[in-house]
Amino acid sequence: MVSKTLKKLAVTSVLATASLIGSGMGMAADTIKVGVLHSLSGTMAISETTLKDTVLMMIDQQNKKGGVLGKKLEPVVVDPASNWPLFAEKTRELLSKEKVDVIFGCWTSVSRKSVLPVLEELNGLLFYPVQYEGEESSRNVFYTGAAPNQQAIPAVDYLINEVGVKRWVLAGTDYVYPRTTNKILEAYLKAKGVKPDDIMINYTPFGHSDWQSIVSDIKKFGSTGKKTAVVSTINGDANVPFYKELGNQGISSEDIPVVAFSVGEEELAGIDTKPLVGHLAAWNYFMSVDTPENEKFIDAWHKFIKDDKRVTNDPMEATMIGFNLWVKAVEKAKTTNVDKVIDTMIGLETPNLTGGTAKVLKNHHITKPVLIGEIQDDGQFEVVWKTDKEVPGDAWSDYLEGSKDLIADWTKPIYCGNYNVKTKKCAGQKY
Amino acid sequence: MTTFLRRTGMQIPWLKLLARHHVIWCLVVSALLPLNSYAADDPAANNRLEPALKLLKTGSFKEKLHAIELLAASGDPLALNYLKPLLQARLYYRKDNGDIVIAEREGSQYQLTAPVDGTALGRVKKRSIKKITINNAMRRLLREKIAGLSLTNPDPKIREAAVNEMITSRANGLARTLKGLVDQEEDASVKALMQTGIALGVLDTGTDEEKIAAISQLSHSLNPAVRNRLEQLSADAGTSKIGKAARKALVTIEGRVAFYNHIETLFFGLSLGSVLVLAAIGLAITFGVMGVINMAHGELIMLGAYTTYLIQQMMPAYIGWSLLVAVPAAFLVSGAVGIVIERGIIRFLYGRPLETLLATFGVSLILQQIVRTVISPQNVPVLNPSWMSGSLQVNSVLSLTYNRLYIIVFSLAVFIALFLVLKKTRLGLGVRAVSQNRAMARAMGVRSGRVDAMTFGLGSGIAGVAGVALSQLTNVGPNLGQSYIIDSFMVVVFGGVGSLLGTLVAGLSLGVANKILEPSVGAVLAKILVLVFIILFIQKRPRGLFPQKGRAVEN
Repeated sequence: MVSKTLKKLAVTSVLATASLIGSGMGMAADTIKVGVLHSLSGTMAISETTLKDTVLMMIDQQNKKGGVLGKKLEPVVVDPASNWPLFAEKTRELLSKEKVDVIFGCWTSVSRKSVLPVLEELNGLLFYPVQYEGEESSRNVFYTGAAPNQQAIPAVDYLINEVGVKRWVLAGTDYVYPRTTNKILEAYLKAKGVKPDDIMINYTPFGHSDWQSIVSDIKKFGSTGKKTAVVSTINGDANVPFYKELGNQGISSEDIPVVAFSVGEEELAGIDTKPLVGHLAAWNYFMSVDTPENEKFIDAWHKFIKDDKRVTNDPMEATMIGFNLWVKAVEKAKTTNVDKVIDTMIGLETPNLTGGTAKVLKNHHITKPVLIGEIQDDGQFEVVWKTDKEVPGDAWSDYLEGSKDLIADWTKPIYCGNYNVKTKKCAGQKY
Repeated sequence: MTTFLRRTGMQIPWLKLLARHHVIWCLVVSALLPLNSYAADDPAANNRLEPALKLLKTGSFKEKLHAIELLAASGDPLALNYLKPLLQARLYYRKDNGDIVIAEREGSQYQLTAPVDGTALGRVKKRSIKKITINNAMRRLLREKIAGLSLTNPDPKIREAAVNEMITSRANGLARTLKGLVDQEEDASVKALMQTGIALGVLDTGTDEEKIAAISQLSHSLNPAVRNRLEQLSADAGTSKIGKAARKALVTIEGRVAFYNHIETLFFGLSLGSVLVLAAIGLAITFGVMGVINMAHGELIMLGAYTTYLIQQMMPAYIGWSLLVAVPAAFLVSGAVGIVIERGIIRFLYGRPLETLLATFGVSLILQQIVRTVISPQNVPVLNPSWMSGSLQVNSVLSLTYNRLYIIVFSLAVFIALFLVLKKTRLGLGVRAVSQNRAMARAMGVRSGRVDAMTFGLGSGIAGVAGVALSQLTNVGPNLGQSYIIDSFMVVVFGGVGSLLGTLVAGLSLGVANKILEPSVGAVLAKILVLVFIILFIQKRPRGLFPQKGRAVEN
């Protein structure tokens, strides 16, 4: 009796499993798989979790509109855990095991660099939504965040022209993005006639919390009577003690303004913003921008995340733009085939959230407006300056020795990520 | 003179032609004169402000800056009614009729008042008004203008700021304006600042003898504006008598500045050191006295910091007192968790250091993940009470930040308290007995298991207390502990395992060494150099600065 029941149970469960698998397979044939490669644990989880949710929201919206090419989109979320080599492994898993058609992911440059070889080997497609140091253009990547000429250079121009800054502190965390950006900025400032004595460069370790001496040095550097500003590529949460120390040592944003490239709404959401009021940030999007598109996006985000207090930020906009561009490309190419999508992408346009248009360029970067915002006491930014029109992203900086002759052009006949216009040769070196 | 100034105060187009500094000076003087009363009952007053107010509503910051100049130059006391709310970002205009209003958020609506007389204008929705946005350039100009109008303000702090503003912007007629005020000034520091300002003014206008006298007076001042002016003077005046005097004064000033810079470095070093001591002193008990390699020590610090956060959430109206409540609370929370770890895991692993290391490392990951899941993976905001913000201004070049000052004092207090517990209490006696010779202590009737638990609890509790202090300096997040665990072990090993005094000396000296190196080699290299030094030092003296002596140790 007992054994009979057991047998029955076993049979039903096998049947159930089989049908489950069957339905799963049936699903797979009718869906387009979208890989989401953002850290959900570890140090970068703070920033990257939001982007995972953004991709999920975009997929949800697209599916409600009927999906793409008549198929539903199916997200495949993996967690590379802020561990750079793991990013490469997870990419391999997404491409060869899950067979995703596109990946949205990465935040830090080092994670992107670790993913590149896998992408190029397995011919994957990545949309990278974060501002970065440039000096790269891969055929398999679309860079929807800002290149240095879409963030750092305009910010410095603003300080020179509108604020009248004469002395410069370039402060950053010690890794590739700040070092490269500061190299570009230093060259740019010198080209503008700033004397080496008027530039102070400082690097600190990740998560630095003891800012006493550095802030005191900045104070001394800025007390010569010439207008001084700090250009900060200080990463993530090291910013909070930095601004606190500035406040405690009595340096206000009116004396020495700090313009930051890594401080956005998300970073300000968790902290007491009093010591930061009046300091600046340069981005391509601010939550406070007053456009109907932005209002719609914020409403959708609040509804999706079920929390009215959550903020939106620049990398979220870049993720959204990347997603919409990919959908357009797939619909235009009528296939998700990576090679076809890559070739269709170039020249496509989609509206951004600040009332303009993002256009995909031949170098796999996009056009973006540059906005300078001042931090307000509610953790939002007040736009104080804006470029007249969108700035095209430049993969290779015009101010660095060795890269000023390079261009990226992924259309025939050049079809190269690092083409030297002087020697007329493609360097071919990949990452 | 009076009528002249009155007229200049009113004739805006003429004023615009003048240099900006001149405008300020005129304003300052016009503010001192009793002409304000008449402007108010002048029916044309509002008309005078009207063109400026119109400019305020434009989107361009350049126009708005111009509007502020116009408002301040109008000589109308009503101008302040617009300038002050503008600086506080409370000034809006109505989209329907373009009236400028002060708006205060009340729930989902905004309460409007008229800037001129403060009459209430009813409540409206956010959509029907637009904020007049300001930027840094406007803030600076606003402060300058408001300061110019506040040289006679009853608050000495405001007067001091106003004088400072004039000195920094090198206002024209500086000496004359201040001379008129200096005799009535009662506050000593404002008076001294005014005298500095007068001397600086003399450098522009006086005779050679007057200038040299002024220079010798200025050589006592550390104000950066003085230094910049003297540097300029020594370059301009060359080898003349004045140039020489300026250079001599500069040498005196530089010497004093260098002296204060050394004091500043020492202070920075001690404050970094006291943070290290705080983080390490709990470990000095668990690792130093008990010999347990506790990798979860950092997480116990983190729990203390999170306790501070939770206490602040519970008493949002009393942030000033929250830290005083948080110290015992954090001690209890971290201490209790420590006792649970000891009783639950570590006691089964005594004498097996590698297993202890791995087990406690696991515990540290579990604690981090619990915080991530239960509270949030994001950093949480811990507020600084107002008495922890700002700095103690010793003079123009030396200021000591309050939060660092308190933490130095606090870490010394914790050290002394712990020292007394170990030397004077029964628990302390037990701890020392067990750590020196467990078998003998047990033979003498000491319940070693209980002593182990209490000792571990004490060390963990101190870690929690350190967390309260760290929450005021750094980010409170799940990773807080990881950034301090290495430093803590470094300090304990360098100071000598088992020696509390060693931990204190080691922590402070590492802090000072770090800060001496930092300006010349940078923060990254300074850390590396200190680490290399410790490695070399341990090669020479494996037992650290203050090695424990005795037979028990030799075994």
